[in-house]
Amino acid sequence: MTNHWIDIQHSDVILIQGSNAAENHPISFKWVMKAREKGAKLIHVDPRFTRTSSKADFYAPLRSGTDIAFLGGMIKYIIENNKYFKEYVVNYTNAPFLVNDKFDFNDGLFSGYDPGTRKYDKATWTIKKDAKGIAEKDFTLQDPHCVFQLLKKHYSRYDVETVSKITGTPVKDLLTVYEMYSATGVPDKAGTVMYALGQTQHTSAVQNIRTLCMIQLLLGNMGICGGGVNAMRGEPNVQGSTDFAILSHLLPGYLAAPRASLPTLDDYLKKNTPKTSDPRSANWWQNYPKYATSLLKAWYGDKANKENDFGYSMVPKLDDGQDCTILNMIDNMYEKKIKGLIVIAQNPACSLPNANKVREAFTNLDWTVHVNIFNNETASFWKGPGMDPKKIKTEVFLLPAAASIEKQGSQANSGRWVQWKYEAAKAPGDAIYTGDIVIRLVAKLKELYKKDKKGAFPDPILNLKWDYTDDKGRFDPVKVAKTVNGYFLEDVTIGDKIYKKGDCVPSFAMLQADGKTSSGCWISAGSFAQDGTNLMARRKKDDPTGLGLYPQWSWAWPVNRRIIYNRASVDVNGKPYNPKRALLAWVDGKWVGDVPDGPWPPMSDLEKGKYPFIMKPDGVSSLFGPGLGDGPFPEHYEPLEGPMEKNPLSSQLKNPVMKIFTGPCDKFSGCDPKYPFVMTTYSSTEHWCTGAITRWQSWLTEAQPQVYVEISEELAQLRGIKNGEKVKVESARGSLPCVAMVTTRFRPFNCGGQTIHQVGMTYNYGWLFPEDCGDTANLLTPTAGDANTGTPEYKAFMVNVTKV
Amino acid sequence: MSNGKSILVDTSLCTACRGCQVACKQWNNLPGTKTKQVGTYQNPQDFSSNTWKVVRFADGKKEDGKPYWYFFTDMCRHCVMPPCKLSIDMTVKDAVIQDEATGAVVYTEKTKKMPFKDVMCPYGIPQQNPKTKVLVKCTMCFDRIKNGMIPACVKSCPTGAMVFGDRNEILDKAQKRVADLKKTCPKAMAINPDDVRVIFIVTDDPKKYWKSAAGG
Repeated sequence: MTNHWIDIQHSDVILIQGSNAAENHPISFKWVMKAREKGAKLIHVDPRFTRTSSKADFYAPLRSGTDIAFLGGMIKYIIENNKYFKEYVVNYTNAPFLVNDKFDFNDGLFSGYDPGTRKYDKATWTIKKDAKGIAEKDFTLQDPHCVFQLLKKHYSRYDVETVSKITGTPVKDLLTVYEMYSATGVPDKAGTVMYALGQTQHTSAVQNIRTLCMIQLLLGNMGICGGGVNAMRGEPNVQGSTDFAILSHLLPGYLAAPRASLPTLDDYLKKNTPKTSDPRSANWWQNYPKYATSLLKAWYGDKANKENDFGYSMVPKLDDGQDCTILNMIDNMYEKKIKGLIVIAQNPACSLPNANKVREAFTNLDWTVHVNIFNNETASFWKGPGMDPKKIKTEVFLLPAAASIEKQGSQANSGRWVQWKYEAAKAPGDAIYTGDIVIRLVAKLKELYKKDKKGAFPDPILNLKWDYTDDKGRFDPVKVAKTVNGYFLEDVTIGDKIYKKGDCVPSFAMLQADGKTSSGCWISAGSFAQDGTNLMARRKKDDPTGLGLYPQWSWAWPVNRRIIYNRASVDVNGKPYNPKRALLAWVDGKWVGDVPDGPWPPMSDLEKGKYPFIMKPDGVSSLFGPGLGDGPFPEHYEPLEGPMEKNPLSSQLKNPVMKIFTGPCDKFSGCDPKYPFVMTTYSSTEHWCTGAITRWQSWLTEAQPQVYVEISEELAQLRGIKNGEKVKVESARGSLPCVAMVTTRFRPFNCGGQTIHQVGMTYNYGWLFPEDCGDTANLLTPTAGDANTGTPEYKAFMVNVTKV
Repeated sequence: MSNGKSILVDTSLCTACRGCQVACKQWNNLPGTKTKQVGTYQNPQDFSSNTWKVVRFADGKKEDGKPYWYFFTDMCRHCVMPPCKLSIDMTVKDAVIQDEATGAVVYTEKTKKMPFKDVMCPYGIPQQNPKTKVLVKCTMCFDRIKNGMIPACVKSCPTGAMVFGDRNEILDKAQKRVADLKKTCPKAMAINPDDVRVIFIVTDDPKKYWKSAAGG
């Protein structure tokens, strides 16, 4: 979240799209309801009428996989009806920037596409720079090559009739949503966007979210109280996994994973440290070398020094072009290229797409270790449906782990708060902290490498700094958290302040690139005070701004800033755009309110002032975003499997750079009458993810006992299905028996005269327990991924539904 | 003089998360029952001796063709003049207690002597334990209230749809909330506020939520 949960109450209009917040993030609705009680309007856009829709002031249906069309239409509406916040757009976005004359967009493709490699050469997706290297701009926004005009032109094609033909949303409903939401494009109104996996699990997922960001920028809703783009994250630890890089392309703190073509630290830093020639841009990422070096010091301690590149050579490197995201990992397992797998707190045999392929891939492993609080379908894959245990060689270990409430430690929420929690109960039996499992594993590895001199490349293991145990040899979460925060490793003087060796680093602003500091994750620097006080454990309810920022309750990264990009909530003189909800103000030469995005004066100070979006090299936010692989402007394409033969917007039916697989299990159907219905998958309130934890809880299985498919009354009639009857749902990859739930909450879509039926299922079930609950909806989902992140397309594909 | 306690259930704020349904079972040590998916989110299908609170789900179409989905977290209303107590009193003396301080209607073991078919309740709340024949239902978490805690269902509610307090304050709150809701939902009403301690607010015909929402 750019903002935080409590802040939702300050919105005037809440747009929930790609999220079923009431069901999947129930506590968020405490704040949604508070906002509504103050007069806010709630809009829900979703294929299915859910518990969220039931509380909305306005519900609009849309066919799964068509968010960019829906939102692209909103961009056109905002621009052509002058609903955008002009001062904000001119000063705080790259709308005035001039784009390379050779940049082009034609019939669904941007300039530079190579159909052979299915990739773009982005050479023309650039901003024009003057002789000093500073972006050329037209503040009147009239130049035909400026971002604003290109944006206007791009979305001029998204008229409501065309959009309705794609999304199936009635034109009247489109206009109602556009009008309600764009009313927030004024200084004293705030609109917020709440989204979740309904946006992220598509082949054009990142572009979905970018479209939401662009709308927020056009309306001046980014960086303000009650605004922002707010990802609803949950207990699966999406926030933690991105912050701490449980992702193959990152190191902790959003640093890039090193590549083999960057053999020295210097190469790595040069490649990843952005530059700007504009003295008014803070370009915060210029500090990249400080964060990377401090990370290496945290990992390797004294074994990292200037002479050995701070141990950079010990960090594993990805080959150029190598992709280790989850779909590739399973594909490699399927291809027998991976021998062993450690699975911690996951149930991939139910949670990953195309579960038949995943389960088959597990049979190719020599060994697999599962760390979990219960047995699940992954740990027991060898005795699952269709498996013959005698023919499976894989050795499986199941290690019992403590549950989250049985552990002391830090816990990050969607609003970037990192809250310290205590151990509420002792874990039962042999169950131990996952941290202890890792401690023992690494200790054993160190012992083995010490003993066996023939072990290949022992340095990263033997040189790993590993002092995270208490006096009884147990995992010590405080020691880990302090290493994550970082230490001064020598006495350091910064300005007129002296920091002693052994002090905690109180802010990432103090981190050094010369090896004098360590930090396991630079964004966490400051979670401990210099004297070692754990700020994450704070529980003070002081609220000096009256906006519910509670700066002394836990600690938020970065530097306890509660709303990021907050310098965009004020005008160029530092005066709050909305005095009633003043997040920040420049008063008598200093900032008052939230922790500002950097200490510099506001933009009108031509000498010392800085642009507000300090993480961007240009200092402003990007309406034109050349960083992504599939285009600087989001464009609508159909999902990998869709019901349309043609894309009404271009002759490019599908995302030209999406991730696809071509193995024997990776079947997919085109616009095929065998699989005529759009399907989407989701979760319910009562179960958590694959149900691996909740299906053992009788009060929850009582409430949601068995797998079901939700279908419309019209489709039920078409197929002769009655409510509660047994049906079979089939895709090109698998089939699944379940119970039909016939409901008014799904309705057929009218897409330009074509009737399109959509159905939906939760992925909350698995064959292991309870016995008659059914199996996962992921037997049906396709092996296709987002063009940028590889996130699987769980949310839109094609199935058939028949009575059994 | 104290007018006892009340619970306000504002269905316009309820998201049917069913935290209350589960919290009720947790506090009262009631087991999960074996259920099947029969084509609705609602489960269990009705009250039983092991289920004293059920969130009822009702979907349909509005006049404009758009769907609605109403939620009704059904429970004992703790009537001011409880018909169940009146009917049981006629057969078994002192089997039902109406707590003076709270107004909670609480069944005792003596109810096992009461023929179940003769128990009157317009809301269909009382249940009989098939083994012990004792009658059971929601106690308003009378045991929690005596110990300074609020009822478990109210405690679990994330949106403030359920509020517990002094009856006079709750009646006042209900009146104000209905007046507020009427601005956008003309059919908004509190159900039988003068007769019951658990007062539901609805924004449409109560029968659309549940056939016995307003009794009958």
